[in-house]
Amino acid sequence: MKKLLSILPLLVVVIGVHLLTSATDTMYYLTQMTMSAYYSLLIIGLCVLMGYAGQISLGHAGFFAIGGYLSAALTTHSLIPHQNTTLVGLLDSAGLLLSGQNLYGEALLVVTPWAACIIAVLTAAIIAVIIGIPVLKLKGHYLAMATLGFGIIIYRVALAMEYFGEADGISEVPPFVLMSGLSVSGNFSDRVQNYYIAWVLLLIGMVLLLNLIDSRVGRALRGIHGSDEAADAMGVNTARFKLQTFVLSAVFAAVAGVLLTHYNGGIGPSEAGVMKSVRYVAIVAVGGMAHLWGALLMGIVLNFLSLRGVFGSYDDAVFGLILIVIMLFAPNGILSLNIRHRLKHFLGRRKQDKEGEA
Amino acid sequence: MTTELFIQYLMAGITYGSIYAIVAIGFNIIYNTTGIINFAQGEFVMFGGMISITLLQFMPLPLAILSAVAITMLIGALIEICFIRWLKSPSVLRLIIITIGISILSREVAVHIWGESIRSLPYFVGNEITSISIFGARISPQVLWVVAASGLMVICLGIFFQITSVGREMRASASNRKAATLCGINTQNMVTLSFVLSAGIGALAGCVMSPITYSQYDMGTGLAIKGFTVAILGGLGSSGGAVAAGLLLGIIEAFSVSVVPLAFQDAISIAILLIILFVRPQGLFGSKEAAGLKEF
Repeated sequence: MKKLLSILPLLVVVIGVHLLTSATDTMYYLTQMTMSAYYSLLIIGLCVLMGYAGQISLGHAGFFAIGGYLSAALTTHSLIPHQNTTLVGLLDSAGLLLSGQNLYGEALLVVTPWAACIIAVLTAAIIAVIIGIPVLKLKGHYLAMATLGFGIIIYRVALAMEYFGEADGISEVPPFVLMSGLSVSGNFSDRVQNYYIAWVLLLIGMVLLLNLIDSRVGRALRGIHGSDEAADAMGVNTARFKLQTFVLSAVFAAVAGVLLTHYNGGIGPSEAGVMKSVRYVAIVAVGGMAHLWGALLMGIVLNFLSLRGVFGSYDDAVFGLILIVIMLFAPNGILSLNIRHRLKHFLGRRKQDKEGEA
Repeated sequence: MTTELFIQYLMAGITYGSIYAIVAIGFNIIYNTTGIINFAQGEFVMFGGMISITLLQFMPLPLAILSAVAITMLIGALIEICFIRWLKSPSVLRLIIITIGISILSREVAVHIWGESIRSLPYFVGNEITSISIFGARISPQVLWVVAASGLMVICLGIFFQITSVGREMRASASNRKAATLCGINTQNMVTLSFVLSAGIGALAGCVMSPITYSQYDMGTGLAIKGFTVAILGGLGSSGGAVAAGLLLGIIEAFSVSVVPLAFQDAISIAILLIILFVRPQGLFGSKEAAGLKEF
């Protein structure tokens, strides 16, 4: 209940932003706010993995892409050529297929978005388990390189397979109808509705994770972060907890991927790129690693600025610079700097010095 | 497969393999003295190639290559002095993120200086169609340049580390930093020197490979991950292992072209990396006992 209360101010801010933009006639900001919310969903998941469990992942764009690409491919590519296979028959009889027409009036037979979403997220979770079991035994550089390698493989697969549209990616992805009258799509008329869908989802994710880190699991994770061996000796099943967190963060990434793909109406290979994964790590680092609120705040602010094109062609450079500067000067995140306190301390000392002279 | 085709593939494999070996040795030099995996290792190769191409407009080829190597060495030193030297007992996670940041920044600097276009140095001898015949296979002379330069670098480094006093001091600070400091060795300078050395050999590799593989601002990441694969495969820290593993990976990659599509070529070496990390993290040639003392 307390967690729910701590979310309330954020809810007020969310509604406030909507009212503010509609009052100042700048509703177009809501589009970037929606996209930032989805990216932040991935980032808070990664924050728990990196900050609390202490496991770095340079492959989370891979999970985002698995979710996005699978959902896009299933809801876009027509199954009519394979209509007679048993699998398609089974899906059809389960009511998971949708027939329609494409732009040119050809008949289409695709998987319903709900089914596609579940398949995509489940696939991401299964891949996370398969990859996670061996990878999470590694530490430090080895873990970083292994997850980086995983990310590059996903990128290569997306770039090389015709099914995933090669360099063009997949476009014309249909809207994701959550229920009648509520759909995730890039339609102009659905903008406000989508803003709230994204933010409510992000808030739900936030409540879930806040509860998680305050539970037995969360304490176990912090134990693992402090010292693997010590946690092990205290009877914590370190391998299981690490794997669970890894899968959880992969699921967050995949859900974000599915919804953002439907919102944008498409996905391209750059979403799976190494630079994206690095960017997510950068944002978690700026937020302060083990600091969910910091990660959320930085996720929204930095993604929003980046999506608005504030950084121009220096976009990647800005994130690289942020990474270095934060890690050099404030390894506990930008919120840890506590500028007011330091300033006070500094001024106080100067005063003392002056008094000393006098 | 005919003999000619076999040799053709083999030579391609050896060419790429020797490049990977050099990148891996670059990883090893820094890892040995600091315990850091420098994620920006591939960027040194890129800088070497790009700077020499630019300098070629003002000076003859050998001078351009030498200056490019010198400039890249300076960049390596600056990176160590600005970002690594003054950190007091940083965590591994922090160092990983810093070197990743350096690699991104270097790439962005490169793209703003040289743009996204693909460039290359001219062939050192002859041109694209000059070829020499080995057992009926047609090989570009540049291939021999790459192999010779790589071999020479490995031998020179070996001599440097075994015989010269600076090389011995570097090895001393690698094996026990505190003891080396007590013996009067300036270990901090040795760390800087390791960055300089590894930047230098990376840059030279970038120059000799440029005519065949071309240079582009974003070539670093791919090279870094392959170099790391090779370094792990040969046992982290071992130069001899790196050479053997480099050639092995290069040849596997070259022959894989006849089996799987070219687009998946990168995926193969990464799959090898993942498998070796899971199964034998001490590398193909590393000993199990020594590995037990390290953290993976």
